[in-house]
Amino acid sequence: MADCVNFHFDIDGDNFTSAGEASVRIKKLLRQMEFDAEIIRRVSVAMYEGEINMVIHADGGTADVNVYCDRIEIILKDNGPGIPDINLAMQEGYSTAPDNIRSLGFGAGMGLPNMKRYTDGMKIESEVGKGTTIYMTVNA
Amino acid sequence: MTVKELCEKNGYEALCLPEPDREVTGGYTGDLLSWVMGRAESGDAWITIMSNLNIVAVASLADPACIVLAEGVSPDDGVLQRAETQGVNILRSVKDSFAVSAEIAALL
Repeated sequence: MADCVNFHFDIDGDNFTSAGEASVRIKKLLRQMEFDAEIIRRVSVAMYEGEINMVIHADGGTADVNVYCDRIEIILKDNGPGIPDINLAMQEGYSTAPDNIRSLGFGAGMGLPNMKRYTDGMKIESEVGKGTTIYMTVNA
Repeated sequence: MTVKELCEKNGYEALCLPEPDREVTGGYTGDLLSWVMGRAESGDAWITIMSNLNIVAVASLADPACIVLAEGVSPDDGVLQRAETQGVNILRSVKDSFAVSAEIAALL
């Protein structure tokens, strides 16, 4: 394998039902690269939560995945409203999702906590009114 | 116990069975999708009453052995087609989530 393989995805903010397509593609790509099944599961779930967040809150965004031999980096970037209080947003159960999203089974306030739970490193940069960038790393 | 065996033993309706030989090693019951992704384990039978397209993505990523739709709910348009292409097994029972959970637990 090359030192680093990059994958870029545009996340469509209009189509809630297609959310997750990038995560599913990453799952398949990592499987082809013969990563451990649990590593693949952690990467794809963390990325899916990020995708859903971007669709719910930010009208879409981009996902970049850098695959190294020893780790996988995921960078999620949006130009949404930003997160005013990151510590509050990280609490399990805290959610600002609207009712129509909750009726689909999302908005339980588990997105960011799950992303942290499933990754070995996570950093959030957010500015209100400008957007949010999330960096996640899963060690392989 | 495989998904196919689970389906036959408990009299579930096989709505979509692309991977009938997947082994069922546990179970998880829940309708909040992020909660399911955070808690369900690979190989679980996931019991839910949610029936929208997102359950296929969640199952595809969290990797349960199958989804069991409780209360006889009908999947939304496109769910079964997407499940077939992504290798997600979907069964259905007319019983409620509690009863389905109990009868699956009894077999594990």
